Amino acid sequence: MVVSSLINGIVLGSLYALIALGPSLLYGILRILDIANVAGLTLGAYTGLKVFNATHSLLAALVVAMLASAAFGYLLQRFLYRPILGRGPLIPLIASIGMFIAMEEVFRLVFGPYPLDFPAPVPLPTVHVGGAVVTGVQLLILIVGVAVLVGTWYALRRTRLGLLWRATSQDRETASAMGVNTGLVIATIFLIGYALAAISGVLLGVNYNTVYPTMGDIPAYKMLAIIVLGGLGNPLGTILAAMLIGLVETFVVSYVGFVLPRDAIAFIVLIVILLVRPQGLLPGESSGS
Amino acid sequence: MSYMIVVSVTVVIYAILTVSLNIIVGYVGQPNLAQSAFFGIGAYFAAVFSTRYHTSFWLTIPLAFATAGVAGLVLGAISLRLREDFLAITTIGLNFVIVAVFQYVPFFGGAVGIYAIPLPSIAGHQFGNNAFLTVGLMMLAFVMAVSKYLEHTWFGASLMAIRDDQTAASSVGVPVASYKVIAFTLSAAFAGMAGSLYAPFLSAVTPTSFGFIESVIVLAMLIFGGLGTIRGAVLGALILGALPEVFRFISNYRLLMFGAILLLMLRFQPVGLVGEGSVLVKLTRRATEELRRRRHKGTSDPPAAGV
Repeated sequence: MVVSSLINGIVLGSLYALIALGPSLLYGILRILDIANVAGLTLGAYTGLKVFNATHSLLAALVVAMLASAAFGYLLQRFLYRPILGRGPLIPLIASIGMFIAMEEVFRLVFGPYPLDFPAPVPLPTVHVGGAVVTGVQLLILIVGVAVLVGTWYALRRTRLGLLWRATSQDRETASAMGVNTGLVIATIFLIGYALAAISGVLLGVNYNTVYPTMGDIPAYKMLAIIVLGGLGNPLGTILAAMLIGLVETFVVSYVGFVLPRDAIAFIVLIVILLVRPQGLLPGESSGS
Repeated sequence: MSYMIVVSVTVVIYAILTVSLNIIVGYVGQPNLAQSAFFGIGAYFAAVFSTRYHTSFWLTIPLAFATAGVAGLVLGAISLRLREDFLAITTIGLNFVIVAVFQYVPFFGGAVGIYAIPLPSIAGHQFGNNAFLTVGLMMLAFVMAVSKYLEHTWFGASLMAIRDDQTAASSVGVPVASYKVIAFTLSAAFAGMAGSLYAPFLSAVTPTSFGFIESVIVLAMLIFGGLGTIRGAVLGALILGALPEVFRFISNYRLLMFGAILLLMLRFQPVGLVGEGSVLVKLTRRATEELRRRRHKGTSDPPAAGV
Protein backbone atom coordinates (compact mmCIF):
# COMPACT_ATOMS: atom_id res chain seq x y z
CA MET A 1 0.00 0.00 0.00
CA VAL A 2 2.73 2.46 0.97
CA VAL A 3 4.91 1.30 -1.91
CA SER A 4 2.11 1.58 -4.42
CA SER A 5 1.16 5.05 -3.14
CA LEU A 6 4.81 6.02 -3.39
CA ILE A 7 4.96 4.78 -6.99
CA ASN A 8 1.70 6.49 -7.93
CA GLY A 9 2.96 9.67 -6.33
CA ILE A 10 6.25 9.56 -8.20
CA VAL A 11 4.53 8.83 -11.52
CA LEU A 12 2.14 11.73 -10.94
CA GLY A 13 5.06 13.90 -9.90
CA SER A 14 6.96 13.02 -13.10
CA LEU A 15 3.93 14.01 -15.17
CA TYR A 16 3.66 17.29 -13.30
CA ALA A 17 7.38 17.89 -13.72
CA LEU A 18 7.10 17.32 -17.48
CA ILE A 19 4.15 19.72 -17.67
CA ALA A 20 5.79 22.42 -15.56
CA LEU A 21 9.33 22.23 -16.91
CA GLY A 22 8.67 24.05 -20.19
CA PRO A 23 6.86 27.01 -18.60
CA SER A 24 9.57 27.13 -15.93
CA LEU A 25 12.33 27.43 -18.55
CA LEU A 26 10.29 30.09 -20.36
CA TYR A 27 9.74 32.02 -17.17
CA GLY A 28 13.43 31.84 -16.43
CA ILE A 29 14.29 33.52 -19.69
CA LEU A 30 11.40 35.95 -20.24
CA ARG A 31 9.81 36.43 -16.79
CA ILE A 32 6.51 35.54 -18.46
CA LEU A 33 4.13 33.01 -16.97
CA ASP A 34 3.17 31.22 -20.14
CA ILE A 35 -0.19 29.60 -19.52
CA ALA A 36 -0.64 29.17 -23.27
CA ASN A 37 2.05 26.50 -23.00
CA VAL A 38 -0.70 24.20 -21.81
CA ALA A 39 -2.55 24.87 -25.07
CA GLY A 40 0.57 23.32 -26.63
CA LEU A 41 -0.08 20.30 -24.41
CA THR A 42 -3.63 19.87 -25.71
CA LEU A 43 -2.50 20.55 -29.27
CA GLY A 44 0.14 17.86 -28.83
CA ALA A 45 -2.40 15.40 -27.45
CA TYR A 46 -4.81 15.92 -30.37
CA THR A 47 -2.05 15.84 -32.98
CA GLY A 48 -0.57 12.72 -31.39
CA LEU A 49 -3.97 11.04 -31.36
CA LYS A 50 -4.64 11.83 -35.03
CA VAL A 51 -1.20 10.60 -36.08
CA PHE A 52 -1.53 7.50 -33.94
CA ASN A 53 -4.91 6.66 -35.51
CA ALA A 54 -3.34 7.03 -38.95
CA THR A 55 -0.05 5.21 -38.34
CA HIS A 56 -0.57 3.11 -35.17
CA SER A 57 2.86 4.18 -34.06
CA LEU A 58 3.24 5.87 -30.69
CA LEU A 59 6.70 7.07 -31.62
CA ALA A 60 5.47 8.77 -34.79
CA ALA A 61 2.63 10.28 -32.78
CA LEU A 62 5.10 11.71 -30.26
CA VAL A 63 7.42 13.13 -32.90
CA VAL A 64 4.70 14.83 -34.98
CA ALA A 65 3.01 16.13 -31.83
CA MET A 66 6.28 17.69 -30.70
CA LEU A 67 6.79 19.31 -34.10
CA ALA A 68 3.26 20.72 -34.22
CA SER A 69 3.40 22.10 -30.71
CA ALA A 70 6.91 23.51 -31.21
CA ALA A 71 5.74 25.32 -34.34
CA PHE A 72 2.82 26.75 -32.37
CA GLY A 73 5.21 27.91 -29.63
CA TYR A 74 7.52 29.51 -32.16
CA LEU A 75 4.68 31.52 -33.73
CA LEU A 76 3.45 32.52 -30.31
CA GLN A 77 6.75 34.02 -29.17
CA ARG A 78 7.31 35.66 -32.53
CA PHE A 79 3.93 37.36 -32.90
CA LEU A 80 2.54 37.63 -29.38
CA TYR A 81 5.21 37.70 -26.68
CA ARG A 82 8.18 39.42 -28.28
CA PRO A 83 6.22 42.59 -29.14
CA ILE A 84 4.87 42.99 -25.58
CA LEU A 85 7.95 41.98 -23.61
CA GLY A 86 8.69 45.45 -22.29
CA ARG A 87 5.32 45.92 -20.63
CA GLY A 88 5.85 44.24 -17.26
CA PRO A 89 4.88 40.74 -16.21
CA LEU A 90 1.10 41.09 -16.07
CA ILE A 91 0.18 42.02 -19.62
CA PRO A 92 1.85 38.95 -21.15
CA LEU A 93 0.31 36.79 -18.42
CA ILE A 94 -3.20 38.00 -19.18
CA ALA A 95 -2.59 37.77 -22.93
CA SER A 96 -1.46 34.17 -22.46
CA ILE A 97 -4.65 33.42 -20.52
CA GLY A 98 -6.58 34.86 -23.45
CA MET A 99 -4.62 32.67 -25.83
CA PHE A 100 -5.25 29.62 -23.66
CA ILE A 101 -9.01 30.18 -23.51
CA ALA A 102 -9.27 30.95 -27.22
CA MET A 103 -7.31 27.80 -28.10
CA GLU A 104 -9.60 25.64 -25.96
CA GLU A 105 -12.51 26.94 -28.00
CA VAL A 106 -10.62 26.27 -31.22
CA PHE A 107 -10.04 22.67 -30.09
CA ARG A 108 -13.72 22.33 -29.29
CA LEU A 109 -14.74 23.69 -32.68
CA VAL A 110 -12.20 21.66 -34.66
CA PHE A 111 -12.20 18.32 -32.83
CA GLY A 112 -15.66 18.41 -31.25
CA PRO A 113 -16.64 18.80 -27.61
CA TYR A 114 -16.58 15.09 -26.75
CA PRO A 115 -13.66 13.22 -25.16
CA LEU A 116 -11.83 11.00 -27.63
CA ASP A 117 -10.17 7.69 -26.68
CA PHE A 118 -6.42 7.36 -27.00
CA PRO A 119 -6.05 3.58 -26.92
CA ALA A 120 -2.34 3.33 -27.62
CA PRO A 121 -0.81 0.07 -26.44
CA VAL A 122 2.43 0.79 -24.63
CA PRO A 123 5.19 -1.64 -25.62
CA LEU A 124 6.37 -2.03 -22.04
CA PRO A 125 5.67 -4.84 -19.56
CA THR A 126 3.80 -4.48 -16.29
CA VAL A 127 6.28 -4.70 -13.44
CA HIS A 128 5.77 -5.81 -9.86
CA VAL A 129 7.76 -3.96 -7.21
CA GLY A 130 7.40 -5.05 -3.58
CA GLY A 131 3.77 -6.04 -4.00
CA ALA A 132 2.90 -2.93 -5.99
CA VAL A 133 2.04 -2.94 -9.68
CA VAL A 134 3.64 -0.57 -12.16
CA THR A 135 1.71 -0.58 -15.41
CA GLY A 136 3.37 -0.18 -18.79
CA VAL A 137 2.05 3.38 -19.14
CA GLN A 138 3.39 4.33 -15.73
CA LEU A 139 6.74 2.82 -16.64
CA LEU A 140 6.74 4.83 -19.86
CA ILE A 141 6.00 8.04 -17.96
CA LEU A 142 8.81 7.30 -15.52
CA ILE A 143 11.30 6.52 -18.28
CA VAL A 144 10.39 9.54 -20.40
CA GLY A 145 10.21 11.73 -17.32
CA VAL A 146 13.65 10.74 -16.05
CA ALA A 147 15.15 10.99 -19.54
CA VAL A 148 13.73 14.46 -20.13
CA LEU A 149 14.64 15.74 -16.69
CA VAL A 150 18.20 14.42 -16.85
CA GLY A 151 18.47 15.71 -20.42
CA THR A 152 17.33 19.15 -19.35
CA TRP A 153 19.72 19.21 -16.43
CA TYR A 154 22.56 18.23 -18.76
CA ALA A 155 21.56 20.78 -21.37
CA LEU A 156 21.41 23.60 -18.83
CA ARG A 157 24.66 22.73 -17.09
CA ARG A 158 26.93 21.32 -19.73
CA THR A 159 26.00 22.71 -23.13
CA ARG A 160 26.43 26.01 -24.91
CA LEU A 161 22.65 26.42 -25.12
CA GLY A 162 22.45 26.03 -21.34
CA LEU A 163 25.10 28.70 -20.89
CA LEU A 164 23.21 31.05 -23.22
CA TRP A 165 19.94 30.29 -21.39
CA ARG A 166 21.53 31.16 -18.07
CA ALA A 167 23.17 34.30 -19.42
CA THR A 168 19.94 35.50 -21.04
CA SER A 169 17.83 34.72 -18.01
CA GLN A 170 20.18 36.59 -15.68
CA ASP A 171 20.14 39.75 -17.74
CA ARG A 172 18.74 39.83 -21.24
CA GLU A 173 20.19 43.21 -22.17
CA THR A 174 23.69 42.53 -20.93
CA ALA A 175 23.70 39.15 -22.61
CA SER A 176 22.61 40.82 -25.80
CA ALA A 177 25.35 43.42 -25.44
CA MET A 178 27.88 40.61 -25.01
CA GLY A 179 26.94 39.27 -28.40
CA VAL A 180 24.38 36.64 -27.40
CA ASN A 181 21.68 36.37 -30.04
CA THR A 182 18.94 36.55 -27.41
CA GLY A 183 16.18 36.37 -30.01
CA LEU A 184 17.50 33.03 -31.17
CA VAL A 185 17.92 31.78 -27.60
CA ILE A 186 14.32 32.76 -26.78
CA ALA A 187 13.02 31.08 -29.93
CA THR A 188 14.96 27.90 -29.12
CA ILE A 189 13.66 27.77 -25.56
CA PHE A 190 10.11 28.18 -26.88
CA LEU A 191 10.65 25.32 -29.34
CA ILE A 192 11.91 23.11 -26.50
CA GLY A 193 9.26 24.25 -24.02
CA TYR A 194 6.41 23.52 -26.41
CA ALA A 195 7.90 20.20 -27.54
CA LEU A 196 7.98 19.21 -23.85
CA ALA A 197 4.34 20.26 -23.54
CA ALA A 198 3.47 17.97 -26.47
CA ILE A 199 5.21 15.03 -24.78
CA SER A 200 3.21 15.64 -21.61
CA GLY A 201 0.02 15.94 -23.65
CA VAL A 202 0.53 12.60 -25.40
CA LEU A 203 1.50 10.86 -22.14
CA LEU A 204 -1.49 12.38 -20.37
CA GLY A 205 -3.81 11.24 -23.18
CA VAL A 206 -2.43 7.71 -23.18
CA ASN A 207 -2.34 7.44 -19.40
CA TYR A 208 -5.99 8.39 -18.91
CA ASN A 209 -7.03 7.09 -22.36
CA THR A 210 -8.81 10.33 -23.16
CA VAL A 211 -8.25 13.58 -25.03
CA TYR A 212 -10.68 16.50 -24.77
CA PRO A 213 -10.68 20.26 -25.39
CA THR A 214 -10.40 21.34 -21.76
CA MET A 215 -7.91 18.65 -20.74
CA GLY A 216 -5.42 21.47 -20.11
CA ASP A 217 -7.39 23.17 -17.34
CA ILE A 218 -6.11 21.18 -14.40
CA PRO A 219 -2.53 20.88 -15.73
CA ALA A 220 -2.53 24.65 -16.32
CA TYR A 221 -3.37 25.67 -12.83
CA LYS A 222 -1.34 22.95 -11.21
CA MET A 223 1.61 23.96 -13.36
CA LEU A 224 1.29 27.49 -12.01
CA ALA A 225 1.25 26.29 -8.43
CA ILE A 226 4.26 24.09 -9.08
CA ILE A 227 6.50 26.66 -10.73
CA VAL A 228 5.72 29.27 -8.12
CA LEU A 229 6.35 26.74 -5.39
CA GLY A 230 9.65 25.77 -6.98
CA GLY A 231 10.83 29.37 -7.02
CA LEU A 232 9.86 30.84 -10.37
CA GLY A 233 12.26 30.08 -13.17
CA ASN A 234 14.30 27.55 -11.26
CA PRO A 235 14.04 24.25 -13.18
CA LEU A 236 15.42 22.10 -10.38
CA GLY A 237 13.04 23.68 -7.89
CA THR A 238 10.22 23.04 -10.33
CA ILE A 239 11.02 19.33 -10.49
CA LEU A 240 11.26 19.16 -6.72
CA ALA A 241 7.92 20.95 -6.29
CA ALA A 242 6.27 18.69 -8.90
CA MET A 243 7.38 15.60 -7.01
CA LEU A 244 6.25 17.13 -3.72
CA ILE A 245 2.79 17.97 -5.07
CA GLY A 246 2.46 14.53 -6.72
CA LEU A 247 3.34 12.74 -3.48
CA VAL A 248 1.29 15.00 -1.21
CA GLU A 249 -1.79 14.61 -3.42
CA THR A 250 -1.47 10.84 -3.57
CA PHE A 251 -0.84 10.37 0.13
CA VAL A 252 -3.44 12.86 1.32
CA VAL A 253 -6.09 11.26 -0.89
CA SER A 254 -5.30 7.67 0.08
CA TYR A 255 -4.50 8.09 3.79
CA VAL A 256 -5.87 11.25 5.26
CA GLY A 257 -8.94 11.94 3.20
CA PHE A 258 -9.73 15.54 2.42
CA VAL A 259 -12.95 17.49 2.29
CA LEU A 260 -11.97 19.36 -0.86
CA PRO A 261 -11.20 17.65 -4.17
CA ARG A 262 -7.57 16.66 -4.72
CA ASP A 263 -7.08 19.37 -7.30
CA ALA A 264 -7.56 22.05 -4.67
CA ILE A 265 -4.67 20.65 -2.63
CA ALA A 266 -1.97 22.13 -4.86
CA PHE A 267 -3.20 25.65 -4.33
CA ILE A 268 -3.74 25.30 -0.63
CA VAL A 269 -0.17 24.01 -0.31
CA LEU A 270 0.92 26.94 -2.48
CA ILE A 271 -0.87 29.58 -0.44
CA VAL A 272 0.40 28.19 2.85
CA ILE A 273 3.99 27.95 1.62
CA LEU A 274 3.92 31.40 0.03
CA LEU A 275 2.79 32.89 3.31
CA VAL A 276 5.68 31.25 5.13
CA ARG A 277 8.28 31.57 2.36
CA PRO A 278 7.19 34.25 -0.13
CA GLN A 279 10.15 33.46 -2.40
CA GLY A 280 9.09 29.85 -3.02
CA LEU A 281 10.76 26.62 -1.92
CA LEU A 282 14.08 27.32 -3.59
CA PRO A 283 15.04 30.94 -4.17
CA GLY A 284 14.54 31.18 -7.88
CA GLU A 285 15.36 33.25 -10.93
CA SER A 286 17.67 30.51 -12.13
CA SER A 287 20.45 32.25 -10.26
CA GLY A 288 21.05 29.23 -8.10
CA SER A 289 22.87 27.76 -11.07
CA MET B 1 -39.44 43.78 -24.03
CA SER B 2 -39.09 41.81 -20.84
CA TYR B 3 -36.25 39.90 -22.48
CA MET B 4 -34.46 43.19 -23.08
CA ILE B 5 -34.86 43.97 -19.39
CA VAL B 6 -33.34 40.63 -18.45
CA VAL B 7 -30.37 41.36 -20.69
CA SER B 8 -30.11 44.84 -19.19
CA VAL B 9 -29.98 43.49 -15.64
CA THR B 10 -27.21 41.08 -16.69
CA VAL B 11 -25.28 43.92 -18.29
CA VAL B 12 -25.73 46.12 -15.21
CA ILE B 13 -24.44 43.35 -12.95
CA TYR B 14 -21.40 42.93 -15.21
CA ALA B 15 -20.89 46.69 -15.10
CA ILE B 16 -20.88 46.69 -11.28
CA LEU B 17 -18.25 43.96 -11.45
CA THR B 18 -16.04 45.78 -13.99
CA VAL B 19 -16.25 49.13 -12.19
CA SER B 20 -15.42 47.47 -8.88
CA LEU B 21 -12.59 45.46 -10.45
CA ASN B 22 -11.25 48.71 -11.90
CA ILE B 23 -10.60 50.01 -8.38
CA ILE B 24 -7.99 47.38 -7.67
CA VAL B 25 -6.68 46.60 -11.17
CA GLY B 26 -7.10 49.99 -12.82
CA TYR B 27 -6.28 52.39 -9.98
CA VAL B 28 -3.86 50.38 -7.85
CA GLY B 29 -2.48 48.24 -10.68
CA GLN B 30 -2.74 45.02 -8.68
CA PRO B 31 -3.58 41.86 -10.61
CA ASN B 32 -6.87 40.32 -9.57
CA LEU B 33 -8.14 37.32 -11.48
CA ALA B 34 -10.65 36.39 -8.81
CA GLN B 35 -13.37 39.03 -9.02
CA SER B 36 -16.06 36.43 -9.67
CA ALA B 37 -15.00 34.61 -6.49
CA PHE B 38 -15.99 37.69 -4.45
CA PHE B 39 -19.13 38.02 -6.56
CA GLY B 40 -19.85 34.39 -5.70
CA ILE B 41 -19.22 34.87 -1.98
CA GLY B 42 -21.77 37.69 -1.96
CA ALA B 43 -24.28 35.71 -4.00
CA TYR B 44 -23.87 32.61 -1.85
CA PHE B 45 -24.23 34.37 1.49
CA ALA B 46 -27.28 36.21 0.19
CA ALA B 47 -28.75 32.91 -1.08
CA VAL B 48 -28.05 30.95 2.10
CA PHE B 49 -29.46 33.60 4.40
CA SER B 50 -32.57 34.36 2.35
CA THR B 51 -33.52 30.69 1.88
CA ARG B 52 -32.46 29.24 5.23
CA TYR B 53 -32.97 32.09 7.65
CA HIS B 54 -35.54 34.05 5.63
CA THR B 55 -33.43 37.17 5.83
CA SER B 56 -34.92 40.07 3.92
CA PHE B 57 -33.32 41.01 0.59
CA TRP B 58 -32.54 44.46 1.93
CA LEU B 59 -30.49 42.94 4.74
CA THR B 60 -28.70 40.50 2.46
CA ILE B 61 -27.21 43.43 0.53
CA PRO B 62 -25.05 44.69 3.44
CA LEU B 63 -24.40 41.08 4.43
CA ALA B 64 -23.04 40.21 0.98
CA PHE B 65 -21.11 43.48 0.96
CA ALA B 66 -19.50 42.65 4.30
CA THR B 67 -18.69 38.98 3.71
CA ALA B 68 -17.09 39.62 0.31
CA GLY B 69 -15.31 42.61 1.84
CA VAL B 70 -13.78 40.42 4.54
CA ALA B 71 -12.61 37.97 1.88
CA GLY B 72 -11.09 40.90 -0.03
CA LEU B 73 -9.40 42.07 3.15
CA VAL B 74 -7.76 38.65 3.53
CA LEU B 75 -6.58 38.68 -0.09
CA GLY B 76 -5.32 42.22 0.37
CA ALA B 77 -3.31 41.18 3.41
CA ILE B 78 -1.87 38.24 1.48
CA SER B 79 -1.04 40.50 -1.48
CA LEU B 80 1.34 42.55 0.65
CA ARG B 81 3.66 39.58 0.92
CA LEU B 82 3.69 38.66 -2.74
CA ARG B 83 5.25 39.94 -5.93
CA GLU B 84 2.91 40.92 -8.77
CA ASP B 85 3.06 37.67 -10.71
CA PHE B 86 2.90 35.53 -7.56
CA LEU B 87 -0.19 37.49 -6.59
CA ALA B 88 -1.76 36.94 -10.02
CA ILE B 89 -1.34 33.20 -9.59
CA THR B 90 -2.66 33.25 -6.05
CA THR B 91 -5.82 34.97 -7.29
CA ILE B 92 -6.19 32.37 -10.06
CA GLY B 93 -5.93 29.67 -7.41
CA LEU B 94 -8.44 31.48 -5.24
CA ASN B 95 -11.13 30.89 -7.89
CA PHE B 96 -10.58 27.15 -7.76
CA VAL B 97 -10.46 27.02 -3.98
CA ILE B 98 -13.66 29.08 -3.63
CA VAL B 99 -15.51 26.94 -6.19
CA ALA B 100 -14.32 23.82 -4.35
CA VAL B 101 -15.56 25.27 -1.05
CA PHE B 102 -19.00 26.00 -2.58
CA GLN B 103 -19.10 22.48 -3.97
CA TYR B 104 -17.99 20.53 -0.94
CA VAL B 105 -18.99 22.46 2.15
CA PRO B 106 -22.57 21.51 3.12
CA PHE B 107 -23.33 25.03 4.40
CA PHE B 108 -23.22 26.21 0.77
CA GLY B 109 -25.57 23.53 -0.54
CA GLY B 110 -23.01 21.27 -2.27
CA ALA B 111 -22.64 20.63 -5.96
CA VAL B 112 -26.26 21.40 -6.86
CA GLY B 113 -26.06 24.85 -5.32
CA ILE B 114 -29.01 26.66 -3.79
CA TYR B 115 -32.42 26.82 -5.42
CA ALA B 116 -35.71 28.62 -4.89
CA ILE B 117 -34.21 31.84 -3.64
CA PRO B 118 -37.25 33.98 -2.82
CA LEU B 119 -38.00 37.11 -4.82
CA PRO B 120 -37.32 40.29 -2.89
CA SER B 121 -40.26 42.51 -2.13
CA ILE B 122 -40.76 46.17 -1.50
CA ALA B 123 -43.76 47.53 0.41
CA GLY B 124 -45.48 44.17 0.07
CA HIS B 125 -44.95 43.92 -3.71
CA GLN B 126 -42.74 41.20 -5.14
CA PHE B 127 -39.91 42.23 -7.42
CA GLY B 128 -40.44 42.14 -11.16
CA ASN B 129 -37.65 42.53 -13.69
CA ASN B 130 -38.14 46.29 -13.67
CA ALA B 131 -37.47 46.41 -9.96
CA PHE B 132 -34.32 44.33 -10.39
CA LEU B 133 -33.14 46.72 -13.08
CA THR B 134 -33.86 49.74 -10.88
CA VAL B 135 -32.00 48.34 -7.89
CA GLY B 136 -29.15 47.25 -10.17
CA LEU B 137 -28.84 50.70 -11.67
CA MET B 138 -28.84 52.24 -8.21
CA MET B 139 -26.05 49.90 -7.15
CA LEU B 140 -24.11 50.71 -10.30
CA ALA B 141 -24.58 54.44 -9.73
CA PHE B 142 -23.34 54.00 -6.18
CA VAL B 143 -20.20 52.10 -7.25
CA MET B 144 -19.53 54.62 -10.03
CA ALA B 145 -20.00 57.54 -7.64
CA VAL B 146 -17.57 56.05 -5.14
CA SER B 147 -15.06 55.44 -7.96
CA LYS B 148 -15.51 58.97 -9.23
CA TYR B 149 -15.06 60.30 -5.73
CA LEU B 150 -11.91 58.21 -5.33
CA GLU B 151 -10.44 59.71 -8.49
CA HIS B 152 -10.64 63.17 -6.93
CA THR B 153 -9.37 62.46 -3.44
CA TRP B 154 -5.94 62.17 -1.97
CA PHE B 155 -6.71 58.52 -1.27
CA GLY B 156 -7.44 57.84 -4.94
CA ALA B 157 -4.41 59.79 -6.10
CA SER B 158 -2.30 57.75 -3.67
CA LEU B 159 -3.69 54.52 -5.13
CA MET B 160 -2.61 55.61 -8.59
CA ALA B 161 0.77 56.67 -7.23
CA ILE B 162 1.16 53.12 -5.86
CA ARG B 163 0.35 51.80 -9.31
CA ASP B 164 2.87 54.03 -11.05
CA ASP B 165 5.73 53.63 -8.61
CA GLN B 166 5.25 51.95 -5.28
CA THR B 167 8.63 52.95 -3.85
CA ALA B 168 8.20 56.57 -4.82
CA ALA B 169 4.68 56.60 -3.37
CA SER B 170 5.85 55.22 -0.08
CA SER B 171 8.74 57.70 0.06
CA VAL B 172 6.32 60.64 -0.08
CA GLY B 173 4.35 59.23 2.80
CA VAL B 174 1.63 57.14 1.16
CA PRO B 175 0.76 54.31 3.55
CA VAL B 176 1.10 51.73 0.78
CA ALA B 177 0.18 48.62 2.77
CA SER B 178 -3.02 49.85 4.39
CA TYR B 179 -4.21 51.63 1.23
CA LYS B 180 -3.74 48.49 -0.83
CA VAL B 181 -5.71 46.47 1.70
CA ILE B 182 -8.50 49.06 1.76
CA ALA B 183 -8.69 49.06 -2.04
CA PHE B 184 -8.86 45.26 -2.16
CA THR B 185 -11.57 45.26 0.50
CA LEU B 186 -13.64 47.92 -1.26
CA SER B 187 -13.33 46.25 -4.67
CA ALA B 188 -14.36 42.86 -3.30
CA ALA B 189 -17.22 44.29 -1.23
CA PHE B 190 -18.78 45.93 -4.31
CA ALA B 191 -18.53 42.66 -6.22
CA GLY B 192 -20.23 40.91 -3.30
CA MET B 193 -23.00 43.48 -3.36
CA ALA B 194 -23.60 42.66 -7.03
CA GLY B 195 -23.88 39.03 -5.93
CA SER B 196 -26.74 39.85 -3.57
CA LEU B 197 -28.71 41.09 -6.57
CA TYR B 198 -27.69 38.23 -8.83
CA ALA B 199 -28.85 35.46 -6.49
CA PRO B 200 -32.55 36.42 -6.23
CA PHE B 201 -32.57 37.58 -9.86
CA LEU B 202 -31.64 34.10 -11.12
CA SER B 203 -33.38 32.51 -8.09
CA ALA B 204 -30.52 29.96 -7.98
CA VAL B 205 -26.77 29.86 -7.47
CA THR B 206 -24.47 27.06 -8.59
CA PRO B 207 -20.78 26.71 -7.70
CA THR B 208 -19.47 26.73 -11.27
CA SER B 209 -21.05 30.10 -12.10
CA PHE B 210 -18.26 31.77 -10.13
CA GLY B 211 -15.16 30.12 -11.54
CA PHE B 212 -11.95 31.26 -13.14
CA ILE B 213 -13.47 31.75 -16.60
CA GLU B 214 -16.04 34.18 -15.20
CA SER B 215 -13.25 36.17 -13.55
CA VAL B 216 -11.39 36.29 -16.85
CA ILE B 217 -14.53 37.46 -18.63
CA VAL B 218 -14.94 40.38 -16.21
CA LEU B 219 -11.29 41.30 -16.63
CA ALA B 220 -11.60 41.03 -20.42
CA MET B 221 -14.54 43.44 -20.35
CA LEU B 222 -12.54 45.91 -18.28
CA ILE B 223 -9.47 45.68 -20.50
CA PHE B 224 -11.59 45.94 -23.63
CA GLY B 225 -13.28 49.11 -22.40
CA GLY B 226 -10.22 50.72 -20.92
CA LEU B 227 -8.35 49.91 -17.73
CA GLY B 228 -8.28 52.71 -15.17
CA THR B 229 -11.35 54.59 -16.36
CA ILE B 230 -14.95 54.34 -15.18
CA ARG B 231 -16.28 54.99 -18.69
CA GLY B 232 -14.11 52.15 -20.02
CA ALA B 233 -15.34 49.74 -17.36
CA VAL B 234 -19.00 50.53 -18.10
CA LEU B 235 -18.58 50.52 -21.87
CA GLY B 236 -16.71 47.20 -21.80
CA ALA B 237 -19.47 45.54 -19.77
CA LEU B 238 -22.13 47.09 -21.98
CA ILE B 239 -20.66 45.99 -25.32
CA LEU B 240 -19.31 42.58 -24.36
CA GLY B 241 -22.21 41.79 -22.04
CA ALA B 242 -24.88 42.63 -24.60
CA LEU B 243 -23.16 41.33 -27.74
CA PRO B 244 -23.72 37.59 -27.16
CA GLU B 245 -27.35 38.30 -26.24
CA VAL B 246 -28.09 40.51 -29.21
CA PHE B 247 -26.29 38.32 -31.73
CA ARG B 248 -27.22 34.82 -30.68
CA PHE B 249 -24.70 33.15 -32.97
CA ILE B 250 -21.89 34.73 -30.94
CA SER B 251 -22.92 32.95 -27.77
CA ASN B 252 -21.62 29.70 -29.22
CA TYR B 253 -18.21 31.30 -29.63
CA ARG B 254 -18.38 33.37 -26.48
CA LEU B 255 -15.12 32.19 -24.93
CA LEU B 256 -13.32 32.39 -28.24
CA MET B 257 -14.46 36.00 -28.42
CA PHE B 258 -13.26 36.84 -24.90
CA GLY B 259 -9.94 35.06 -25.40
CA ALA B 260 -9.31 36.75 -28.72
CA ILE B 261 -10.28 40.16 -27.31
CA LEU B 262 -7.81 39.84 -24.44
CA LEU B 263 -5.13 38.79 -26.89
CA LEU B 264 -5.72 41.46 -29.50
CA MET B 265 -6.34 44.33 -27.11
CA LEU B 266 -3.21 43.65 -25.07
CA ARG B 267 -1.17 43.18 -28.19
CA PHE B 268 -2.37 46.22 -30.13
CA GLN B 269 -4.34 48.59 -27.88
CA PRO B 270 -3.59 47.83 -24.23
CA VAL B 271 -5.26 51.02 -23.00
CA GLY B 272 -8.59 49.71 -24.26
CA LEU B 273 -11.32 51.22 -26.35
CA VAL B 274 -11.81 54.45 -24.39
CA GLY B 275 -8.94 54.30 -21.89
CA GLU B 276 -6.59 57.23 -21.44
CA GLY B 277 -4.65 57.74 -24.67
CA SER B 278 -6.58 55.22 -26.78
CA VAL B 279 -7.00 55.78 -30.50
CA LEU B 280 -10.72 56.44 -30.06
CA VAL B 281 -10.22 59.00 -27.30
CA LYS B 282 -7.54 60.81 -29.28
CA LEU B 283 -9.76 60.91 -32.34
CA THR B 284 -12.70 62.24 -30.35
CA ARG B 285 -10.54 64.88 -28.68
CA ARG B 286 -9.18 65.95 -32.05
CA ALA B 287 -12.67 66.04 -33.54
CA THR B 288 -14.13 68.14 -30.70
CA GLU B 289 -11.16 70.45 -30.87
CA GLU B 290 -11.69 70.82 -34.60
CA LEU B 291 -15.39 71.48 -34.07
CA ARG B 292 -14.70 74.06 -31.43
CA ARG B 293 -12.18 75.78 -33.65
CA ARG B 294 -14.61 75.81 -36.55
CA ARG B 295 -17.45 77.10 -34.45
CA HIS B 296 -15.09 79.69 -33.10
CA LYS B 297 -14.24 80.71 -36.62
CA GLY B 298 -17.87 80.83 -37.62
CA THR B 299 -19.14 83.00 -34.78
CA SER B 300 -16.22 85.31 -34.17
CA ASP B 301 -14.96 87.95 -36.50
CA PRO B 302 -13.82 86.74 -39.87
CA PRO B 303 -10.28 85.44 -39.60
CA ALA B 304 -7.51 87.72 -40.64
CA ALA B 305 -7.23 87.39 -44.36
CA GLY B 306 -4.20 85.82 -45.89
CA VAL B 307 -3.13 83.91 -42.79
